[in-house]
Amino acid sequence: MITLSENTLQEIERAASKYVDRKSALMAALWAAQAEFGQLSPDVIEAVAEVIGVSSAHAQGLATYHSLYWKKPVGKYVVMLCTNIACTLMGAETLLEHLEKKLGIHEGETTPDGMFTLQEVECIGSCGNAPAMVINETFYYDLTAEKIDGILSGLR
Amino acid sequence: MGFMEKILLKNADVPDINDIDVYVAHGGYKSLDKAFQMGPAAVLEEVKRSGLRGRGGAWFPAGMKWQFCVEVNKFPKYLIANADEGEPATFKDRPFLEKDPHQLIEGMIVSAYAIGASKGYIYLRGEYPTGYKVLNAAIDQAYKKNMLGQHIKGADFSFDLAVHRGAGAYICGEASALIESLEGKRGQFRVRPPYMATHGAFGMPTVVNNVETLVNVSHIINGGADWWGSIGSKDSPGPKIFGISGHLQRPGLYELPMGVTLRELIYEYGGGIKDGRELKAVIPGGVSTAMLTPEHLDIKMDVKSLQAAGSAIGSGATTVMSEDACVVHMVWRAMAFFYHESCGRCTPCREGTDWMVKILARIENGAGRTEDLKILEDVCHTIHNNCFCPLGEGAVNPVLSSLKYFRQDFEEHIRTRGCPKGLRARARH
Ligand SMILES: Cc1cc2nc3c(=O)[nH]c(=O)nc-3n(C[C@H](O)[C@H](O)[C@H](O)COP(=O)(O)O)c2cc1C
Ligand code: SF4
Ligand code: FES
Repeated sequence: MITLSENTLQEIERAASKYVDRKSALMAALWAAQAEFGQLSPDVIEAVAEVIGVSSAHAQGLATYHSLYWKKPVGKYVVMLCTNIACTLMGAETLLEHLEKKLGIHEGETTPDGMFTLQEVECIGSCGNAPAMVINETFYYDLTAEKIDGILSGLR
Repeated sequence: MGFMEKILLKNADVPDINDIDVYVAHGGYKSLDKAFQMGPAAVLEEVKRSGLRGRGGAWFPAGMKWQFCVEVNKFPKYLIANADEGEPATFKDRPFLEKDPHQLIEGMIVSAYAIGASKGYIYLRGEYPTGYKVLNAAIDQAYKKNMLGQHIKGADFSFDLAVHRGAGAYICGEASALIESLEGKRGQFRVRPPYMATHGAFGMPTVVNNVETLVNVSHIINGGADWWGSIGSKDSPGPKIFGISGHLQRPGLYELPMGVTLRELIYEYGGGIKDGRELKAVIPGGVSTAMLTPEHLDIKMDVKSLQAAGSAIGSGATTVMSEDACVVHMVWRAMAFFYHESCGRCTPCREGTDWMVKILARIENGAGRTEDLKILEDVCHTIHNNCFCPLGEGAVNPVLSSLKYFRQDFEEHIRTRGCPKGLRARARH
């Protein structure tokens, strides 16, 4: 079984102190574990469940309910392109095709070198500067194919 | 109409406004002194008198919601800021989460004081990582300055505040699902009664308000209900942040009085349609609200007027489509969103959105049949009457409204076996 780092455990306890019921810290705990391990594999989820004091099934159920918890390994960079209506109106679908070609993978996949995961996502609150995407925690706005090429080569 | 003097977005261009000292130097946290002088009952009365209605989508009168909670004799009470901002095309709360966090915190303290809430959470969508850092830093600062914690500024009032970070799920923005999620469960709709005013977070009396609703409260206290209530429409007064997107020359956030017309919003503030094209359709209040047409341009953006037009103001997120857009394609994409976000509990919502995605995709891709339009309408009616929560109803609106106003577009797709704009509906996971 996996053990969580001292850092992660501390963060979980800090979160738990904010609620009358420590179960409420399950989401924060999953975030902390994902930050440590890069993904939430079943054994990571089990370790989190134990620390919080809920069943693995409960923690598993919560993890699968939310789109931002990675249930399988992802690349070093997770490219999340919004294709919801404002972004689609401004050409996001062409950019999705461009990204697929450029990275040589389909949406939902990770490049063989483990560098990039490509994901189509719902609205990321950047509709006034559409099309928009997020890579890890950085937002990119008013995208064009050329802009995307520049951003990706900056990361390689 | 001209640009109004900014109230909510007045700090938008002030550097470092996330720092509490800068915020205080710009008049921040002033409403606390006034509120503590007035006393909780008078603050509640002032908010009621202002006519403030919730800006999260349902537009329920804020003062009335608070009153229900005040009347319950059970403690502690909770105040939760709904910062889930999940309605597609909505981006109006983000400035307070990433740039001007103290405005939200100040609004929450004053609101909690009126409600008698001693505990607060900001339920923040997982998609705003910057907001998570900014809000946490601002809360730390507010504790240090005794704006939060025990006996705030020496008053007989204590309030604790923390951020709860979501992780991507539209339904968690619905108030009762949000509370489930706050309690560490899967965010699913709770059937009422019991109501949140008596049995909310952790079984305690709870108020959930949208971020923008709470931000307005300090301004009501500072400027008075009469001044605040004189702005905008009578039935739904006040300043409002309209987020406009799509085929516009100048998309973005505009703070305007309630009751601005769609025409002003699109042509005056948004600079008109991109590249001088013609307007085709408008979604006035987020993807869950019914589409409108150029015929509706003189409608006022307020609760009553949009309702009378068969739509809703929703979050005030207006998305504009020019003649270059394919309505069928947009409805398909909207439905893919609802299918993805359906929590799966009610069969009509889960199966119905799935079915509609498939039908809309086949119409868009040239395999549609004439009967499909009737099937879409039937599925909508089944969802409408048989679902637990308003997500299902929201999914129905884009379909029924587009079939009403743009039926010929659907028919053309079916007749010519494909999309006249050459678009295709992709397979989605
Ligand atoms: C599916 C669904 C999603 C919602 N998402 C949000 C949201 O992201 N933010 C929000 O403030 N309200 C959202 N709401 C509305 C809330 O249920 C609730 O009415 C609101 O937070 C109350 O605050 P208000 O009275 O200040 O508007 C949503 C409702 C539904 C049905
Ligand atoms: S209507 Fe849809 S989202 Fe709402 S409870 Fe039913 S299945 Fe879940
Ligand atoms: S629709 Fe893409 S950011 Fe909102």
